[in-house]
Amino acid sequence: MTFIYPTDSNKAHPLPLSPEYKSSIKRAPNKPLIPMRHTLSELTGPVYGHETVREGDNDLTRQHASEPLGERIIVHGHVRDEDGRGVPNSLVEIWQANSCGRYVHVRDQHPAPLDPNFTGAGRTVSDAAGYYRFVSIKPGAYPWGNHHNAWRPAHIHLSVFGHSFVTRLVTQMYFPNDPLFPFDPIFNSVPDEKARARMVSSFDLENTQPEWALCYRFDIVLRGKNATPMENH
Amino acid sequence: MQGNEKDKGITPSQTVGPFFKYGLTPTGDYAWNDAFINSTLTPDVTGDRVRIEGRVFDGDGVVVPDVMLEIWQADAQGRFADPQDKRALPNASFRGFARCGTDKDGNYSFDTIKPGVVPDPDGKPQAPHIVLAVFGRGMLRHLYTRIYFSDEAGNAADPVLALVPADRRATLTAVREAGKPVYRLDLRLQGDNETVFFDM
Repeated sequence: MTFIYPTDSNKAHPLPLSPEYKSSIKRAPNKPLIPMRHTLSELTGPVYGHETVREGDNDLTRQHASEPLGERIIVHGHVRDEDGRGVPNSLVEIWQANSCGRYVHVRDQHPAPLDPNFTGAGRTVSDAAGYYRFVSIKPGAYPWGNHHNAWRPAHIHLSVFGHSFVTRLVTQMYFPNDPLFPFDPIFNSVPDEKARARMVSSFDLENTQPEWALCYRFDIVLRGKNATPMENH
Repeated sequence: MQGNEKDKGITPSQTVGPFFKYGLTPTGDYAWNDAFINSTLTPDVTGDRVRIEGRVFDGDGVVVPDVMLEIWQADAQGRFADPQDKRALPNASFRGFARCGTDKDGNYSFDTIKPGVVPDPDGKPQAPHIVLAVFGRGMLRHLYTRIYFSDEAGNAADPVLALVPADRRATLTAVREAGKPVYRLDLRLQGDNETVFFDM
């Protein structure tokens, strides 16, 4: 057994070079990636985060003096591997634009209001079953310079570690039925339609809170291990 | 349970974007607490303390001010702070993980210790190395590479370096500055001296 995490799973990812996404043209490697067997260095990974997660870090609406403007949302789901096992104790970090589609970042200067009550960053740790939950504000679409009339669909960035360095994932959660999907080269950089659909959250009426917040469910699926046990232990 | 029971594949990767800085690498610039800094050093850590620094360039040789780098490594005895590694961990608070965003001139740096020898799947020793992941705008999935050390005799027999054409191995080798515990390694995302990235 050469690969313990099957590399076939990687076919769900975008190719490094996606010319429609212009920033990839000068930043994607030209030379082929070199295949290698996973060693302990790749099969282990940072599986903690508890000590850096503070009370309330998963509620982006309570980080400032008042509540941010916009549509309050709950985002929740499970971190699992592709064999269906929950991934416990995994640090999940998120960052996003405010309800007007503006980031607090110094380089985001598009003429939409900044919200003094919204930074747009959060983190949490998945529980024993791999479950995570955030409270936030639905981010707005925003313009970018990729092509004429380019707007990103509303999205939340997520960073997840899993249980090895090869399961490390940074992705974006999109919202159902966004009219901007067909025009977004980042969303469409994922060639497989089913794989693209896995980046779209589901509206979750069952967990929507009456007169308080809409709920979206987003399950995150990381690479799964083959049954082959680890060697050299 | 509904939603993502759509099929069994994994969630695809997307770019970290240009605006991760306030969420992932704030270092005091924004009203958000740091989860990680560019150092693995803890009070109890043993081993040779080193600094690794360099710059990141794109295919035009232009510095890249908006990438994020993450390192993961064993301690000086070759042990990982991971539940899968059942060996004793004398450096109890050493984690072996650090994160750094490049500055406006494309500079990065890490303060860490030189890792020990880690076996490959056949039990063969690997030369001391650090695993590095590169995230950034324009990168739809992060890239994996390794950092080796120029003053390690074991590099010549390292099984992973052996997979790399000889004329490209220098892109993985951080060069020690004379008389200082500082190693330099520039990363080139594309072009003639493109850094070797691994498919794993």
